[in-house]
Amino acid sequence: MAMIHARGLGKTFRVADKQPGLAGTLRHFLQRRHRDVSAVRDVSFLVEPGEVVGFLGPNGAGKTTTLKMLTGLIHPSSGSVEVAGFRPQRRQADFLRRITLVMGNKQQLIWDLPPLDSLRVNAAVYGIDDAEAQRRIRELSEMLEMGEELTRPVRKLSLGQRMKAELLAALLHRPDVLFLDEPTLGLDVNAQARVRSFLAQYNRRYGATLLLTSHYMADITALCPRVLLIHEGSLMHDGSLAELTTRLAPCREVRLELREPLPAAAFAAYGTVEDLQGRAVRLLVRRERLTASVARLLAELPVVDLEVREPPIEELIGQLFRREPAP
Amino acid sequence: MDGPSAAARLLRRFWSASLAAEMEYGMNAAIELLSVLGNLAGSLFVLSLFFRDGRNLGGWSWDQALVVLGIYTLLDGLTSTLLQPNLGALVTHVQKGTLDFVLLKPVDSQFWLSLRIFSPWGLPGVAVGGVLMIAGVVRAGTTPTPLGLAIGGLVLLAASLLLYSLWFVLAATSIWFVKVWNATEVLRATLVAGRYPISAYPAGLRVLFTFVLPVAFLTTVPAEALLGKAAAPVVLAGLLVAGLALGASRLFWIFALRFYTSASS
Repeated sequence: MAMIHARGLGKTFRVADKQPGLAGTLRHFLQRRHRDVSAVRDVSFLVEPGEVVGFLGPNGAGKTTTLKMLTGLIHPSSGSVEVAGFRPQRRQADFLRRITLVMGNKQQLIWDLPPLDSLRVNAAVYGIDDAEAQRRIRELSEMLEMGEELTRPVRKLSLGQRMKAELLAALLHRPDVLFLDEPTLGLDVNAQARVRSFLAQYNRRYGATLLLTSHYMADITALCPRVLLIHEGSLMHDGSLAELTTRLAPCREVRLELREPLPAAAFAAYGTVEDLQGRAVRLLVRRERLTASVARLLAELPVVDLEVREPPIEELIGQLFRREPAP
Repeated sequence: MDGPSAAARLLRRFWSASLAAEMEYGMNAAIELLSVLGNLAGSLFVLSLFFRDGRNLGGWSWDQALVVLGIYTLLDGLTSTLLQPNLGALVTHVQKGTLDFVLLKPVDSQFWLSLRIFSPWGLPGVAVGGVLMIAGVVRAGTTPTPLGLAIGGLVLLAASLLLYSLWFVLAATSIWFVKVWNATEVLRATLVAGRYPISAYPAGLRVLFTFVLPVAFLTTVPAEALLGKAAAPVVLAGLLVAGLALGASRLFWIFALRFYTSASS
């Protein structure tokens, strides 16, 4: 049975329609106008137990709204969703014990106290006895490489240490579905890498299902064999990152360094010239013709150096969002 | 939560964490005690003015009026201990979006939001109010029967629940209005009227304080019950009003949550 099953999920918000300036404010005060904004439209997908799925999309694409529907924090306007066999919006205790939500920009730890105090509260919330709570805290803090941070007030922890403590607090009840909204937001490269390796380890050790959003492509490439791409509320891709790259970038970039400069026309038979500066040439070559074109380039032209590059995924997704306006 | 023992364990954890957090700011205790004593001295002075020429206040003797003032001080202390910190935090949760964390815990959200924080700085008010209340009852020459005490205690509990319900409903409106903190301050200021017996006020205000803002049920009715001068229907009305208010706060929260869960992003 699928762990997460979304069918035709949609969410429409009513938002106030107000013009700027004093006149707009007065008009809005006297005669409020609202319009419906579709934040999520007809999104369907299945996530199997133990899968790690990345949720991609620009700001305002509907990622957080979808996550909130999956956790039961907001009710869908249309469609339905099931998580671990429950309907999230009913927020039954048995459902809440099986999930967790980590939000990179919000914290649940008590600010003035060491994380251990918040962990003791969470243990009581989830009915975990003291000995078991101790054991889990030891285990998770080892995985997170945490030590004396657990006994230092949260306000005195660095952002990276705080995020690790947040993860510990969110996972103490050992949930089997993790919803992570930008879990590495604002962290430095090392802290990001630690969070990523911890999540991968948690997934392997407990067979947990992870659905995460992130603006850092490195999080997605390191953790998610499968990605869901959402744009303006609609699901645009559900599959592997490699498939997404192929779909978004049918061409590879071939960089050449020549012994002597050649006119642009000399490259027409191999691909499209992207840039030509003296002896340096950048060509776009369709993937299916790549091997043949490279072999011919090496055989037929005075090539000193040749490099094949895949365009960065961030750039491809960025291009996609700029290219395709909302339907 | 599974049963009362789990709730008690959770409450112990909540409050020990709160105490630990509050202890980070140790000077508060001294400041709060001074503030309670200062307020009380002011109230006692004003009250003494009413009784200067041996007059009474709306049919209440000096000692009986002290019982009302004691109950007010006690409830105000309770407000500082539980209501203000918790319901202030509810408003902050809505503003910062951290209400999501509360709603995702397998614990009743109203329980969490009402009892999560325990601020010991209101305890001096509770203690001073309690002493004043008992002193007033003793000095008034009333020897309460066990039944009278039980009824008095019950009515006092009902008054606390009524006060809680008013605060909670007001704080819960933050789901729509976000900035309601000033409104709860207005509520607290209005309840200051409960320092004196309700019969001391002009007829118009008496109606207002009984039927619109139930100030009468907060201090005067419990005092009457403790002094054995309450009519049974009034006591029953007090209990009924508290029960209804508590039920209404529950329904209102369910309604507010439905709105939150369909409107927030």
